Amino acid sequence: MSTSSNWTARLRKSTLETMEPEDLLPDNQPAYVVSWIYVFGVLTIASLLMLIATGLILTLEGPSWWHGSSVGHFINSMHLWSVELFFVFMVVHLWGKFWMAAWRGKRTATWVTGVIAFMASILTALTGYLIQTNFDSQWIATEAKDGFNAMGIGAFFNTLNTGQAILLHVALLPLAVGIIVVWHILLVRRKGVVPPIDNDATIEGGAF
Amino acid sequence: MVMKVDPSKKWTGPVRPYDIIKEGVIAVVVVGLLAGGLSLFFSSPDEKAVTLKSWSNTNAPDFVQTATGELAGTTTSAGYGAPYNHAAKGPTLGPLKLQDWAGVRIPVDPANSFVVEPLLMMNDSTASAAAQTWKAASADQQGKWATSYADALGKKPDATSLPDSKNEFGPVPTMVSSLLVMAQSGALDGALTTSDTPLPTDFTKPLLFLADSEGYFGDLAAKQHLGGDQWGVMNETGSWPGQSWLWLFSLWYQVEPFKSSGNADTLVMTLMGFLTLCLALFPIFPFIRKLPYRIPIHRLIWKKWYARKL
Repeated sequence: MSTSSNWTARLRKSTLETMEPEDLLPDNQPAYVVSWIYVFGVLTIASLLMLIATGLILTLEGPSWWHGSSVGHFINSMHLWSVELFFVFMVVHLWGKFWMAAWRGKRTATWVTGVIAFMASILTALTGYLIQTNFDSQWIATEAKDGFNAMGIGAFFNTLNTGQAILLHVALLPLAVGIIVVWHILLVRRKGVVPPIDNDATIEGGAF
Repeated sequence: MVMKVDPSKKWTGPVRPYDIIKEGVIAVVVVGLLAGGLSLFFSSPDEKAVTLKSWSNTNAPDFVQTATGELAGTTTSAGYGAPYNHAAKGPTLGPLKLQDWAGVRIPVDPANSFVVEPLLMMNDSTASAAAQTWKAASADQQGKWATSYADALGKKPDATSLPDSKNEFGPVPTMVSSLLVMAQSGALDGALTTSDTPLPTDFTKPLLFLADSEGYFGDLAAKQHLGGDQWGVMNETGSWPGQSWLWLFSLWYQVEPFKSSGNADTLVMTLMGFLTLCLALFPIFPFIRKLPYRIPIHRLIWKKWYARKL
């Protein structure tokens, strides 16, 4: 059987064989990777890990635990502030990459997966706000339903159905965000960090 | 001489030491300390959930007027349309009936779901008899009773019950008064959530009923600056930051033509979908993809690298 018709071989070639171990876990970087802007990508990932950790603790105890437990309230606070930090870091990372024109050198897919991760994160955060089981979640549910209903989406995603929102928030959406983020990181590692604009030989007619 | 490279090719120029694992660990520690510190100093909001019981005990006249409105078919839920009922076609986008396309997948008939069916579950013969009288009447007769009572209540906004001196309200005063008693005891919350299963996770019915309130639920939200005209989409109760990343979504509701449009939700959702698509397609838009070259913020980003070469 030729490798071109072997699904396993094709998957290996299009994934594992597209990068060296040194690309995946590098111990050096191009000398131009010296700026604070690079910190925001890893800070976004660190915030996501913090969200997963605090979210797992909240999941183990149930959605109402944090109302009556000081430990639960603190973990909920950690979850809230982690999501605030997550979005701040992610937005700075996004605009940093825009001003670096980081899609250069066949990196369009990296940019697009980043935008998809941003949008999936917004939906995940919304479902988190829906399952607080307090007044804020009640109000957000009644307001958000109109937006989704106006597009016909509300027939399938009912913001007033707390059980559905819980399942989406702790299972489906984090899985989606996780997969997209891993895909995004693998694309970054495979392509490497985009070089400075002044060093780009492919910009037609000069950069300025 | 600036070294020119093809950015799609692997970098072969000078490198600097880097430890991706150490960087990741340090980042997690920094974020943990930041989130932990913010949690210790600012905690997080937890405004207690409201119920039909708290509503009916806090503002009984508003509850009575809303319940009567459900029977008269004048509340938001009663005239909503899909996915709850067939009362309206809902917002459209040109020829596209977006709200209506998926049909009624979460059936809610407010008069029956919020008032009649709970009364029939109530262990009260007077309430049950009034509900049975209502059910036996024609839709036209039901409408006359409920509208007459709603009009009478409108003239006496502090009343929770009015006498039927002209015999024009039918069973409606008894139904609404009985429902008020049921709500104030907390039984209505249970009745609306357990109508499908004794172990509920779906709060569609009580929340739709609460959202129909004009003098309670919305007022509480306005006091917490959560109203649509208060940038409420991105706000949180108290002074905590909310979903600030929804600022652009919230912005459209503050400006014309969206602000005064009855179709604002469809217009804003469509616009945001379009803008999101544009964001994803930045790399192929001729003008936008050139902006980073023309506005040299990258010179600040790679300041150290450029300085080193010079």
